[in-house]
Amino acid sequence: MLTWLWLVPALPLLGAIVNGVGAGRIPRKAVSAIGVGSVGLAFLIALGCFRDLLALDPEARRFGQTLYTWMQSGDLNVPFRLALDPLSAVMMLVVTGVGFLIHVYSTGYMGHEKAYGRYFSYLNLFTFSMLTLVLGDNFLVLFLGWEGVGLCSYLLIGYWYQKPSAAEAGKKAFIVNRIGDWGFLLGIFLVFVTFGTLDFGGVFSQAPERLGHGSALATAIAVLLFVGAVGKSAQIPLYVWLPDAMEGPTPVSALIHAATMVTAGVYMVARCHILYLLSPTALLVVAVIGAATALFAATIGLLQMDIKRVLAYSTVSQLGYMFLGLGVGAFASGIFHLVTHAFFKALLFLGAGSVIHGLSGEQNMQKMGGLKAALPKTHLTMLVGTLTIAGIFPFAGFFSKDEILWYAWRNGGPVLWGAGVVGAFLTAFYMFRLYFMTFHGASRVSEEAKHHLHESPNSMVIPLILLAILSVIGGWIQVPLLQGGQRLDAFLEPVFADGAALAGHAAEQAAHAPGAEITLMVISLAVALAGIFVAHRFYVVDPGIPGRLADRARGLYRLVFNKYWVDELYDATIVQPIYRTSVRLWQRFDDAVIDGAVNGVGRMMERGAGLLRLAQTGYVQVYALVITLGLVVVLGWLALR
Amino acid sequence: MNPAETLPAAAALAVPLSAFQLVAAVLFTIGVVGVLVRRSALIIFMSIELMLNAVNLSFVAFARQHAQMDGHVFVFFVMAVAAAEVAVGLAILVAIFKSRTTASVDEVHLLKG
Repeated sequence: MLTWLWLVPALPLLGAIVNGVGAGRIPRKAVSAIGVGSVGLAFLIALGCFRDLLALDPEARRFGQTLYTWMQSGDLNVPFRLALDPLSAVMMLVVTGVGFLIHVYSTGYMGHEKAYGRYFSYLNLFTFSMLTLVLGDNFLVLFLGWEGVGLCSYLLIGYWYQKPSAAEAGKKAFIVNRIGDWGFLLGIFLVFVTFGTLDFGGVFSQAPERLGHGSALATAIAVLLFVGAVGKSAQIPLYVWLPDAMEGPTPVSALIHAATMVTAGVYMVARCHILYLLSPTALLVVAVIGAATALFAATIGLLQMDIKRVLAYSTVSQLGYMFLGLGVGAFASGIFHLVTHAFFKALLFLGAGSVIHGLSGEQNMQKMGGLKAALPKTHLTMLVGTLTIAGIFPFAGFFSKDEILWYAWRNGGPVLWGAGVVGAFLTAFYMFRLYFMTFHGASRVSEEAKHHLHESPNSMVIPLILLAILSVIGGWIQVPLLQGGQRLDAFLEPVFADGAALAGHAAEQAAHAPGAEITLMVISLAVALAGIFVAHRFYVVDPGIPGRLADRARGLYRLVFNKYWVDELYDATIVQPIYRTSVRLWQRFDDAVIDGAVNGVGRMMERGAGLLRLAQTGYVQVYALVITLGLVVVLGWLALR
Repeated sequence: MNPAETLPAAAALAVPLSAFQLVAAVLFTIGVVGVLVRRSALIIFMSIELMLNAVNLSFVAFARQHAQMDGHVFVFFVMAVAAAEVAVGLAILVAIFKSRTTASVDEVHLLKG
């Protein structure tokens, strides 16, 4: 089955091509079958590959497949090569598995859309790009997928391109990502200059001796690559595109936030962990940006009123946790949180989509409330998702978040840990604020929406239930403190083994301190419960509290409510100057100089020809006279010479 | 066979060569002026013939002077080409006259800038 690996990305690509070329000509049923079927088949093949990989010895779990030579020029030799190792296997399963559920859900959610084929074509292309990204065996194939997901996010966020805000959001996502990609590409160039190859194996095996521990070159490479991750995974300061990405259809948000796109940065850093371990500075940068983002985005999430925007900021915040984990050297924990996050964030987004669907498109939580009775299945699955993200035992989020916090405490110190814990409190608070505002209390639903209020069809509810189950049990692959319970760690161990030796705390790893770990767990669980309790008081027991609190701290409230005016700041300091400079360049340089030169040549020719054409009188005898005179002159000159 | 034996020598020419050349030059000039000043296409044709024959005269005179056949041969060529040219030219003239009822070249000046 391993030799079928290439089919995993190829099938969604085929689906994208068929649905894209045949958009509008293929009946809707067939579009669904092709779109969902291609990803479903890819998932089955991925499962088969995973099974075969498990059958191998842990040390030998690496399978490469060269499809063709992509480019060859001088020293640069880039094969289009896929590789399956435990890390990419985990990513591949998440992308195809969660992606498949989102595809199924889309058949229900997008059922009324006109451009159905276009939607599924983009969705499949997105899956293909992400699979290329995680399966690529060198930096350039990874970059192909990297750019592919950027393109697909642009296409899907701007899916309703008739809406100016959606078109703007698509452009914003693409441009902000390009800023990150710029750094990423520079990082790749630096890797090639340094190592003379772009293959992961070649680069990582040479890295320790070529770069040296703590060298400036290692820091430069790692930080430049991280700039790409910052853009793609929406970290400070390039997180601004992700909340705006809510303009796209809800399943797209789920796909971007859970399975594809934003996880790319986390995967890339984990893949290049050796480069990061060689540079403590770069690791610190990753950890600090992660922790800062986790906290910062959580505070913004506190006051958002749009149900999808709350989730968007929670994604930014959770990605911050993943980078915090990576930054303190707990690469497997970062990936673990990525996996559980994929489950519960997909669940939350699809649940929110189900609510929005039931309310005929309403996204404002101020116009929800009391939906528990009308949407029983959505309510239950959403509750599971909310408990999971809040980090309540024994849901998946508890295990993954606590593992990161534990490593943050042990390797990073109390400051990073403290930021994580405060973030966890805020997460529990704003997620339960969302839950209570949506499903509990008095109904604030408008009369018209109430009229159409309905539970979603099975195609939407079944993925919700499956994701809810995964959110509950997904954490059990990695049970802390239990001997042999850390199955994901063990599975990923061959990938991160070389890095562990490099970091030098391999011995430390073995010496777990159960007492401290349990204490930290209890603290974060207590913090999460406190968050839920406060949210309950604020939004169920006495809904007047938030308003009074906001009145008391007007300035702070407005600062946070307006998202710290970051968008405005970027607009004033970056977007507007570039815009104005462009306008000036366009008018002064493009219009005047370039167009002037081109038009000037044309005008000169026209004038010259206008003069010359007067010589063509049409009278044959005039021509004859000129010929004769010319002859006389020539002969005269010859004679008198 | 030496051509000099069959042809009379240059000295045998009763009229001097310069007289032939003078007549030819006069004829040619008349032809050129005719082409330039007359408006009727027919007259222009005739003027062209005049020029051709001026050249022919010059050719023949020189051929006699130098006792060589080349000049004579050339004259025959010129006459043949002139005949062909007149045939084509007259046909064009007839066609123009049919469509415009005039043979004046001033009336036919469509091809101007």
